[in-house]
Amino acid sequence: MQRINRLLMGSWGPLLAGGIIGALAALLVKLGNPGNMGICVACFTRDIAGGFGLHRAGVVQYLRPELAGFILGSFLSAFLTGEFKPRSGSSPLLRFFLGFFAMVGALVFLGCPWRAYLRLSGGDWTALYGIAGLTVGILIGIAFLWKGFSLGRSISNKVWGGYVFPALAVALLVLLVMAPQFGRDATGNPTGPIFFSASGPGAMHASILISLGVGLLVGWLGQKTRFCTVGSLRDLLMLREGHLFWGVIAFVVAAFGVNFALGQFNPGFENQPVAHTNELWNFLGMVLSGLAFTLAGGCPGRQFIMSGEGDGDSAIFILGMLVGAGFAHNFMLASSPAGPGPYGPQATVVGLIFCLAVGLLMREKLD
Amino acid sequence: MSEYKVVDARGLSCPQPVLEAKKALETVSGDETVQILVDTVTSRENVLRFGTSKGWKGSWKEGKSGEFEILFTK
Repeated sequence: MQRINRLLMGSWGPLLAGGIIGALAALLVKLGNPGNMGICVACFTRDIAGGFGLHRAGVVQYLRPELAGFILGSFLSAFLTGEFKPRSGSSPLLRFFLGFFAMVGALVFLGCPWRAYLRLSGGDWTALYGIAGLTVGILIGIAFLWKGFSLGRSISNKVWGGYVFPALAVALLVLLVMAPQFGRDATGNPTGPIFFSASGPGAMHASILISLGVGLLVGWLGQKTRFCTVGSLRDLLMLREGHLFWGVIAFVVAAFGVNFALGQFNPGFENQPVAHTNELWNFLGMVLSGLAFTLAGGCPGRQFIMSGEGDGDSAIFILGMLVGAGFAHNFMLASSPAGPGPYGPQATVVGLIFCLAVGLLMREKLD
Repeated sequence: MSEYKVVDARGLSCPQPVLEAKKALETVSGDETVQILVDTVTSRENVLRFGTSKGWKGSWKEGKSGEFEILFTK
């Protein structure tokens, strides 16, 4: 085990992890998850928001066990190797809203960076607009980083603070299994407080144990290798440092290979699963997301992994994503396969203004 | 006499510890020692990878309360 961990922490780690995670993501589609959405950190967070009734979009409600697995896998991995380190205090409120707007951007595009690459690996060419947007968002973030952007330092916390998110992950699994229905609708039928979609993407899922198992594995791999779909481009473009980037290449190639082998590769622009063809808002949604993730230091998958390691600032970012998902559906910001939501474009512009202001104003002179 | 430069990158998110290390390593002359303080294994590995890729010899030791001191010499 120690030897495997050392291998994962070396230069080849992200490549190995990317390959395994990409293959598993494509396999999860075969096992029941929505098309090109074997793992989508933003979509799954949105489904969880729906599962808790934070929005009532009936087709996207499910407590996705993969994400609980991310947190718990990372927690166990970090805990067992002495890397569990509770910390927080780096501009938590700004991180909350970076998470909020990262989610708004992701739901205008219909996917986080993980899903952008998975859509590509399934032959959904509209993902190219999203990946172009992601790249531009990261480049804007890099410009701010060169100018001294910083959300400030976090400080070490008491160890108990770091257990909150792993405990919440356990609670999510308990609620998933128990699925309490003690609410009553107007006609007296049981409803809520936990909601599961009866149709649509939210009703498509692999079995709980498989989803949780994959999540735990991804949590461990991500914790050890620091696999990050935003850090990969950032480090490549900013520091000419490619080892994370190879992880994303392996992720796309492995997902493509499994998609192809399973007959899930359907090249084209039209009629792709849970995607729309509006070039501009595919692009700008991801500019917003890419910028927000870069300012917060990592992609949504990485934020989940870090929250398991005890990073309270990442946990706050995730809570921002969760609330952002609720607002995105309640305020009709989220896109659908028919195209952008009625207020998605305006919300994207507001989000971009917020992120640009954060990038410009949060500059720190470090000695 | 050789000089000694200290950079405190504790508590900073990615990629700031590497950027601080980059700034420090670019502003010192060859006979100086650069010490970089970080507080996560991720930052330690990232900073060491960056420094050694730029031709510095890197070593680290664990300080008090789980922090790490990285030393770069030419």
